[in-house]
Amino acid sequence: MFASLDILPIDVILGVVVFWLVLGMSGLVLRNARQITQFIFPLGALGSLVLAIAALPGLSEVNIAILPLGLPDLPFHLRLDALSAFFLLLLGAASIGISLFSAGYFRHMKMVELGPLCLEYHLFLASMALVFLADDAYMFMVAWEAMALSSYFLVTTDHDQPEVRRAGFLYLLIAHVGAIAILMSFGVMHGGHGDYSFASMREANLSNFWASVAFFLALFGFGAKAGLLPVHVWLPEAHPAAPSPVSAMMSGIMLKTAIYGILRVSFDLLGTQLWWWGAFALALGLVTALFGVIFAAVQVDMKRLLAYSSIENIGIIMVGIGLTIIFHTSGKEALAALSLTAALYHAINHAFMKGLLFLGTGSILHATGERHLGKLGGLIHKMPKVALFMLIGSLALAGLPPLNGFVSEWLMLQAFLLSPGLPQPYINMLVPIAAAALALAAALAAFVMVKFYGVIFLGQPRDAGITAHDAGLWERIGMLCMVLGCIALGLFPTFVILHLDFVTNMLVQSSLGSSAVQSGWLLLTPIQAERASYGPLILMSIIVIGVLLTMLTVKRFYHGRLRRGPAWDCGFPEQSARMQDTAEGFGQPIRQIFEWFVGVVRKAPTPFDKHPHFHSEIHDRLWHLIYVPIKRANDMIGYQIGKLQHGRIHAYLLYSFVTLLALLAFVQ
Amino acid sequence: MPIPFSAQVINMCAALLLLIAFAMLSQRRVLSLINLFALQGLILAVSTTVVAYSSNQHHLYYSAALTLLLKAIVLPVILYKLIHKLDIRWDVETMFNIPTIMLVGLLLVVFSFNLAAPISQMAGTITKSTLGIAMATVLLSFLMMITRSKAVPQVIGFLAMENGLFFAATSATYGMPMVVEMGIALDVLIGMFILGIFFFQIRTAFDSLDLAHMEKLKED
Repeated sequence: MFASLDILPIDVILGVVVFWLVLGMSGLVLRNARQITQFIFPLGALGSLVLAIAALPGLSEVNIAILPLGLPDLPFHLRLDALSAFFLLLLGAASIGISLFSAGYFRHMKMVELGPLCLEYHLFLASMALVFLADDAYMFMVAWEAMALSSYFLVTTDHDQPEVRRAGFLYLLIAHVGAIAILMSFGVMHGGHGDYSFASMREANLSNFWASVAFFLALFGFGAKAGLLPVHVWLPEAHPAAPSPVSAMMSGIMLKTAIYGILRVSFDLLGTQLWWWGAFALALGLVTALFGVIFAAVQVDMKRLLAYSSIENIGIIMVGIGLTIIFHTSGKEALAALSLTAALYHAINHAFMKGLLFLGTGSILHATGERHLGKLGGLIHKMPKVALFMLIGSLALAGLPPLNGFVSEWLMLQAFLLSPGLPQPYINMLVPIAAAALALAAALAAFVMVKFYGVIFLGQPRDAGITAHDAGLWERIGMLCMVLGCIALGLFPTFVILHLDFVTNMLVQSSLGSSAVQSGWLLLTPIQAERASYGPLILMSIIVIGVLLTMLTVKRFYHGRLRRGPAWDCGFPEQSARMQDTAEGFGQPIRQIFEWFVGVVRKAPTPFDKHPHFHSEIHDRLWHLIYVPIKRANDMIGYQIGKLQHGRIHAYLLYSFVTLLALLAFVQ
Repeated sequence: MPIPFSAQVINMCAALLLLIAFAMLSQRRVLSLINLFALQGLILAVSTTVVAYSSNQHHLYYSAALTLLLKAIVLPVILYKLIHKLDIRWDVETMFNIPTIMLVGLLLVVFSFNLAAPISQMAGTITKSTLGIAMATVLLSFLMMITRSKAVPQVIGFLAMENGLFFAATSATYGMPMVVEMGIALDVLIGMFILGIFFFQIRTAFDSLDLAHMEKLKED
C-alpha cells in the first residue's frame, strides 16, 4: 500500500518511533496535565495504529535500513522481516487500547509526576519497537536496556511506597542478570569472527556444543524477561506495583519481546537446532504454566493473580515453541508450522486478553482504591460497562469459544494430538503426558477466571465502605479496543493464520494457510478436515440463536410471571456479605490439593484467644530454594572478602609484600 | 683473576649495608634505629663515591653528595628532632619473636640472590655482584615495615627501602639519570615532612603512635 508513494514500511515504522520520542519529550515541555492526557496519549495511540498498519505489508517483504547513529564506524542496523513485522503488529495493535486507556487513567495525576511518566511511557513504546527492528547485537542491547530502564521507572511511579521500590529493584536486578546472559549469548553466536550484526551471526557455523551454549544462555536471558521458571519472581511483585496501563503494557507486550528474542535466536540466528532443546523448552514451559496457574488460583490480590496468570500463558507459549523445535528437527514441517502458529497466535491473544484484564483492574482500582479481592464484590451493579468488558476478557482468558483464547489453545492441543510418529521414542511417550498437563493448566486457568470474575463482580460488596463508579470515557474506549481485538481474533482465525503464514514460512519453511482454509474461510482446519475443524462464526451463531430462542421461550411462556425476591436464604433469617464465598475460600480446594507445592504458612488462633484471628500466607517455595541460598552465599563471600580489609596497616603492607615476592618469582 | 681494590671496597660496603639492614630489622630502640639509618646513608654515599671514581661516572659524585647530605645528615636530624618533640626518644618497641623475623630475612636474602643472579650476569658494571644485596636490602626494609607497630620505625623502614632502591640503581646501571635522582630525593624530603605532621596528628587523635589503634577507623 506504500508502494505507490515509494515509502517502505520500515520508514513508516521509524517515523512512528521518532513520533513517539517527540511525544515523550513534549511531556517534559508541556505545563498542563490536561494537555498531556487529552492530546499526547491519544496521539500516541494514533502512532500505534499507524505502526500496526505499516507492519502488515512488512510481513511479506524484507526491508533493511542503516541508521547513521551509534558509535563511529558502528552504525545501527535495522531489519524488518516477517517475524519482526508480526511482533510490531502485536505491539501496535495492543498498545492502541492501552494508550487510550492511559489518557483517562492518568488524568488525576500531578503534573510533576505526569511529565516524566509521559516521557517514560513513550520511550518504552519506542524502545520495544526498536527491539523488534534491531539487526545487530549492539542496537538490540541498546534498545533492550532502554526498554528495561524505562519500564523500571514506570514500575516505580509510586516510589514513595517502600514495597514499590523493592519490587522495582527486584525487577531491575533480574532484568540485568537476563541482559548479561543475552549479551553472552550474542558473544557465543558471534563465534570470534565478523562483526556483531545479525547477518554475520547467521553465517557463523557453530559446533553443536557452542550452539547449545548460545541457545541456553538466550533461553535464560530472555526467560528472565518473560517470566519463565525460575526467574519469574519479579512478575508477581512488579505487576501489582506498577500503574495498571503499565502492567497491561508489560504483561501484554513486553513479555512478548522475550518470546521474540527466543524465536529470533533459536530459529533465525542459530543455524542448527537440536531436538533436545525443544524437549527442554517444552518441559520448562509446562512446569512454568502449571506453576503459574496454581499460584494464580490461590492469590487474593487481583493484580498479583493476573501476574501469575501471565506466567502461565508465557509457559503455554514456550510449550508451543518447544514443540515447534521438536517437530522442526524431526523434519515434520507441517506440524512445526502448526505449533508455531499456535504459539504466535497465543502470544497476540495474550496481549489483548491480559491487556484488557489489567486495564479493567485499573478501572476497579481507580473506582474503589482496593486491590484485595477480599474487599471487593458485587461491582457488576456499580460498574456495569467495566463488568461487561471484563466478562469478555475473562472468558477469553479462560479459553472458551468463540473467543480468541480458545483458538490458540485448541491449535496447541491439536499439535499435540497429531504428534505421534516422532523419531525419539521417549518423547513420543511423554507427549501425551505433556498434552494432559497443558489441558490441566487450561482447565485451572478457567477456574482462576471464574474466581477472578466471580469474586470481583458477583455477589454482594464485601466491604461496606467501598464506593465505586463506572469508568470514564477514555478508559471505556481503551477497553473497548481490547475487547474488539479479542472478539476479532476469536471469530476470524483463518485470516489471522493467513498472516501468520509469512512468519512460519520464514522460520520453519512451511505454513498452515493452505490447509487451514481448505474447508473455506468459515472453518479452521489445522491439518485435515476429517480430523478436526473449528468454525467460530458457526459456533457463535449457534450460541446467539440458542440464547435468543431461550429468551423468546421464556418471554413467551413465563411472561409477566417473573418476580424479583430475596435470594434463597437457606433458613438463615438474614444474609450478609460475609456469608458469601471469599477469594481464599474459593481457592481453598486448589490450595489443599497442591499444598506441598505452594508452601502455605498458617497462623491459627489458640482456643483461648479473646480475638481469634486466622492468617495464612502463600509462599513461593522457589524463593526459599533458589534465591535465599544465592543471597546467603553472596553475603558469605562478601563477608569473607571483607575480612581481607580489617584496617591493619601491617596486613596491607603484607599483601603488597607477598604480591611483590610473587611477581618477582613469576618474572624470574 | 684478582678483584680490583675499588670493587673490593664496594663489596665491603654492600656487605655492611646488608648487615645494617639486619640490624635495623632486629633493633627495638627508636634512637638506635635512627643511628643505624644515618650509618646506612653514610655507607651508601661512600660506596657511590667509589663507584664514581672507579667507573669515571662524574654525575655519580653529585649523587653521592646528595645522598650524604640528605640521607646521612638532613633526614636523621629531622628524625632526631621529631622523636625529641614527640618525646619517644627512649621508646622500646615490643616486637614478636625476633629470631623468626631474622630467619624470614635470611630466606629473603637467598631469594633475592637467586633472583639477581641472571641479571648480574647481563650487567656489565663493576658493581654487578652487589645487585642481590641491594634487592635483599629493599625486601628486608619492607619486612621491617610489616613487623613494626609504631609509626616512626615504619617510616624509617620506608626510607631504608628507598636507600636500597638507590643502591640497586647504582649497582645495576651506575645510577639513575640526575633528574630522576633529584626528584626522588625531593620526594623523600617532602614525604618526611608530611609524615612528621601526620605523627602529631595521629598522636593527638589516638594518644599513641601505635598503629594498632588505627584499626578503629575501619567501617563495619
